[in-house]
Amino acid sequence: METRFVVSASPHIRDLENSRKVMWWVVLALAPAAVASIYIFGWRSLLMMAVSVLACALTEAASQKLFHREITAFDGSAVVTGLLLAFTMPASSPIWMVLVGAAVAIFLVKQLFGGLGYNIFNPALAARAVLLSSWPVSMTAWSQPVASWVKVDLVTAASPLGLMKEAARAGTGFQAPDLSSLLLGTVPGSLGETCKVALLAGAALLLAKRIIDWRLPAIFIGALAALSLALGRNPLFEILSGGVILGAFFMATDMVTSPTTKNGRLIFGAGCGLLTGLIRAYGGFPEGVCYAILFMNCLTPLIEQYVRPRRFGARAQKAARGVKKEVVR
Amino acid sequence: MKTKTFKGGVHAPDNKHWTKDKPIEVLPLPRKAVIPLQQHTGAACEPLVREGDTVVVGQKIGDSKSFISAPVHASIGGKVTAIQPLPHPVLPDAAPAVVIETEEPSSAQGSLPPQGDWSPSAGVRLQKDWQRLAAQEIKALIREAGIVGLGGAAFPTHVKLSPPGEKKIDTLIVNGVECEPYLTNDHRLMLEQGPQILEGTRILLKVLGISRAFIGIEANKPDALRYLGQLTDSLDAGIEVAALKVKYPQGAEKQLIKALLKREVPSGGLPFDVGVVVQNVGTALAVYEAVVLGKPLIERVLTVSGDGIREPKNLKVRLGTSFAQVLEACGGSSADGEVKVIMGGPMMGISQYSLEVPVIKGTSGILVFRQARQERETPCIKCGRCVEVCPMLLMPNRITDYAEKDNFALCDSYGVRDCFECGACAYVCDAKRPMVHWIKYAKWNLARKK
Repeated sequence: METRFVVSASPHIRDLENSRKVMWWVVLALAPAAVASIYIFGWRSLLMMAVSVLACALTEAASQKLFHREITAFDGSAVVTGLLLAFTMPASSPIWMVLVGAAVAIFLVKQLFGGLGYNIFNPALAARAVLLSSWPVSMTAWSQPVASWVKVDLVTAASPLGLMKEAARAGTGFQAPDLSSLLLGTVPGSLGETCKVALLAGAALLLAKRIIDWRLPAIFIGALAALSLALGRNPLFEILSGGVILGAFFMATDMVTSPTTKNGRLIFGAGCGLLTGLIRAYGGFPEGVCYAILFMNCLTPLIEQYVRPRRFGARAQKAARGVKKEVVR
Repeated sequence: MKTKTFKGGVHAPDNKHWTKDKPIEVLPLPRKAVIPLQQHTGAACEPLVREGDTVVVGQKIGDSKSFISAPVHASIGGKVTAIQPLPHPVLPDAAPAVVIETEEPSSAQGSLPPQGDWSPSAGVRLQKDWQRLAAQEIKALIREAGIVGLGGAAFPTHVKLSPPGEKKIDTLIVNGVECEPYLTNDHRLMLEQGPQILEGTRILLKVLGISRAFIGIEANKPDALRYLGQLTDSLDAGIEVAALKVKYPQGAEKQLIKALLKREVPSGGLPFDVGVVVQNVGTALAVYEAVVLGKPLIERVLTVSGDGIREPKNLKVRLGTSFAQVLEACGGSSADGEVKVIMGGPMMGISQYSLEVPVIKGTSGILVFRQARQERETPCIKCGRCVEVCPMLLMPNRITDYAEKDNFALCDSYGVRDCFECGACAYVCDAKRPMVHWIKYAKWNLARKK
């Protein structure tokens, strides 16, 4: 066979990682929390996740077909969105609501903005926000952890954060759940957010693979803790209740909708943490992670515009210029 | 040993094990040498010979009156059979070259000395006591020998040794980092010609009129670190061997200076601006050979490697030898159909469209890859890995985005001119975007507008 030469710009070797693999690593990192949710909330949780993932992938394929784009529904990114969407909903949500959520996330928030890499908002979170404002009652009807797997019988209850808000309004005392149930996730809450141990195990994987930057979740959680202390609230409870761990490690770190620079990520993460704390303390909702991250998503382009790395040799250049000016004088 | 480094960079598999333990072999002389009149950064040479002339090995056959230029020499003896534009391994179009051919290599090269042991037969001097020469005289010898930076960029060495008057130089860095994967030619030179490299370094110090030099070597070459360390210890000439962290592009001038001296070359500036001159180890050796042995730059050591070559080797090759002949000496290509042939390393090397191109002064290696095509490009997911690894602390994502949209003014404001195309951003890109391609495109357009 005749030898043909392939000519291209350098470099001629590439890292083995690619976007698709990154997405599947994230799926793998979400797996422990998914399994935990089935254990905690029963089989209903599995149904929710399966429907959500499937609906997201199908919506992706259908929208791409509609827009004459290449169909990449199984590149893993729709699967990530599907899982995260299910994670943010109560395990007892009606199935049709999952379908609406998937359509909003993939069609409205992702594909209408240009598809993978071009969306401004985190699709799963934006969809959750839409669902929450459209059907506030079902979206806050948190399921109690199931007593038995065989008898699937989901009872709804207020989440610990909801209880705290109620208690604050009524001026009564509030007894936070003990640390171990917060860590293990045997408290009412949305499907994938409660089991912190499982979430942290997945987060450790992403950190080890360097898929997410540790700075962002660190400052998110740090800022929230600092604000809680300042407001006289219990920082440990604030961090371990609601969606902070899920949001800080898996949603705020969404590459597409967060800044690319180190300092930008610090600003973004700090903003998320502070807004979460402020919404929780002073807002109408008991939980603030979702809106905090969405708000910071809005600011990402601005942060990207103004927060740039200090270029190599830039300071030296300025110094040299200063010297020249003096000489001219 | 504590290793020094810079911010950013990538860890690519270095694949140096294929050739690092293989001593340099000497490639038999070619029957035909193609000597391009431009083999360096700067002005091209004018030919000093005509078609039909007979030339002896080492004879100067091209030179230029420009300061930023370096003469070229006949690498074999024979007859000049053509002076015409021919394919060039670096330049995009065919470039003028002098073709020297010989009927009978053995007899026509009869006057040639055995490889590596230069003698006066081609009109050059025997061992010279360089200590007695003035700096200017040495610099003239270096220019006359056609020496350019042998690390790949091929910048004329005498220019790099001529700092503008107001710049105070205090340190020489001899670059033995060799951070490009696969390449082991500098490594082998350090092991096989350590004393000569050190003597070249001392000559360079004398030219610069300074007394401090570092030899920077990446920590993945412990044998070279140890060997040169022993040699410098016994020498007591102000030369210090320094270990650098294994990270690409550790051997880039600005990054090397930052790592060793904590000095940052200003944006748009040169090492001169921070009192430093950087020369490659191969260049230091060539300086020794030119000044002490009177040998012009007519051959160089290169690494032939890659998964598409049967017998990877380190070879000493006469300039002007065709890539085809070099590859043949390494068992030829084992790849069928599509291949990628690269001059230089895999990160910054230039892909070739013909094997008829000649080895030139800047040919540090020839790599043959079977896996010729890159993974397909997908949309940028803003992962920020390019920003994290950029050794110039730029935002390659933004620069390439703007280049793609032909907004070159913004590329400029994001510092595209600072980029030296190391390719770290493209290496890590999760979306496999051709970052360097876009950067070159932006630079080309910016240059055209001026």
